[in-house]
Amino acid sequence: MVEFNLPANSRVTEGKTVKAGPDATNIRKFKIYRWDPDTDDLPRVDTYEVDLDRCGPMVLDGLIKIKNEMDPTLTFRRSCREGVCGSCAFNIDGTNTLACIKAIDDIKGDVKIYPLPHMPVIKDLVPDLNVPYAQLKSIEPWLQADTPAPTRERLQSPEEREKLDGLWECILCFCCQTSCPSYWWNGDRYMGPAILLQSYRWIADSRDEATGKRLDNLNDPFRLYRCHTIMNCTNTCPKHLNPGLAIAEIKKAIAARQ
Amino acid sequence: MARRERPLSPHLQVYRLPRTAILSITHRMTGVALSGGILILTFWLTSATYSAECFAWAQDIMGSWIGQIVLWGVLFSLYYHLGNGIRHMIWDTGAGFDLPTVHRSDYLVIAFSIIATAATLGCVYFVIGG
Repeated sequence: MVEFNLPANSRVTEGKTVKAGPDATNIRKFKIYRWDPDTDDLPRVDTYEVDLDRCGPMVLDGLIKIKNEMDPTLTFRRSCREGVCGSCAFNIDGTNTLACIKAIDDIKGDVKIYPLPHMPVIKDLVPDLNVPYAQLKSIEPWLQADTPAPTRERLQSPEEREKLDGLWECILCFCCQTSCPSYWWNGDRYMGPAILLQSYRWIADSRDEATGKRLDNLNDPFRLYRCHTIMNCTNTCPKHLNPGLAIAEIKKAIAARQ
Repeated sequence: MARRERPLSPHLQVYRLPRTAILSITHRMTGVALSGGILILTFWLTSATYSAECFAWAQDIMGSWIGQIVLWGVLFSLYYHLGNGIRHMIWDTGAGFDLPTVHRSDYLVIAFSIIATAATLGCVYFVIGG
């Protein structure tokens, strides 16, 4: 349901400020969403003064510096620090992206970091991603074929393989998923851009023989057709993929077979 | 200890909507405005079926400055919804989805709806004489 305001327990309040040390030379304020499941407090935004002269170039470097040197209670997911694992996806400076490949210098003013939008918060910057993972499971994201397995690989022509470019690179960071207003309002029934792109990755695969079943599963007013081509997904994808186009191709495939 | 209910992370409150999203919500709002426009059109046509006085009364309402602003709003909505609707039809063929093209068609839709509204306004007031 469309609900513009946050529920009462989700209202964001002003938090504490942690100052940089006296020898800091190049201070930038990081404003970070915090919520502690062990207290009854409302979510808050804490301010950390980070000395950029003693910090790596990326937003994730700032977060790690804060956690190491200023406030060890700050909680966030991170792993590869090079844009291939998809763990450190946050809403940074008003747009969803990966903290590890977002340069602090590319942000004007304070560095504002929130969890991925419109998701239940487990703690601080860590959202509960169980619903999108369940949705991913529902589209059966693996190769399905009835023909017996050959004695070697299932072959593809270079042209057939090319159709998967722009699809296989998805790292499931859910930046697009949680940027989509349709997903905000109907996330319980609409698959969302990340899952639909994943689904198209198998629909477009020449080796997969379950295309009909996959399209049947998506041919639904909510699962697929809540996409209104708002294009937040494509605008925000940190891997420069195009979920909007993938969804259009699914709609086309369903129209073409009727 | 009972688990506390998880808060919902901020969405519209913090998201900087890209231009495509602004145009998308404008498409929906102009669609709603056009539904209102149909009611106005119906009101105007039915008034003519009652009596000359009734029609003159409807004409007065439509001709008042507030009525004219509303009519121009409906006309802008028509052009915007038409232009963006054509863009949606092109999108439905799978074309025009790369971001540079999307950003160009953003401006094309905005320019078309403003220019078409202004041109109609010019026709009505200066050529026909409003």
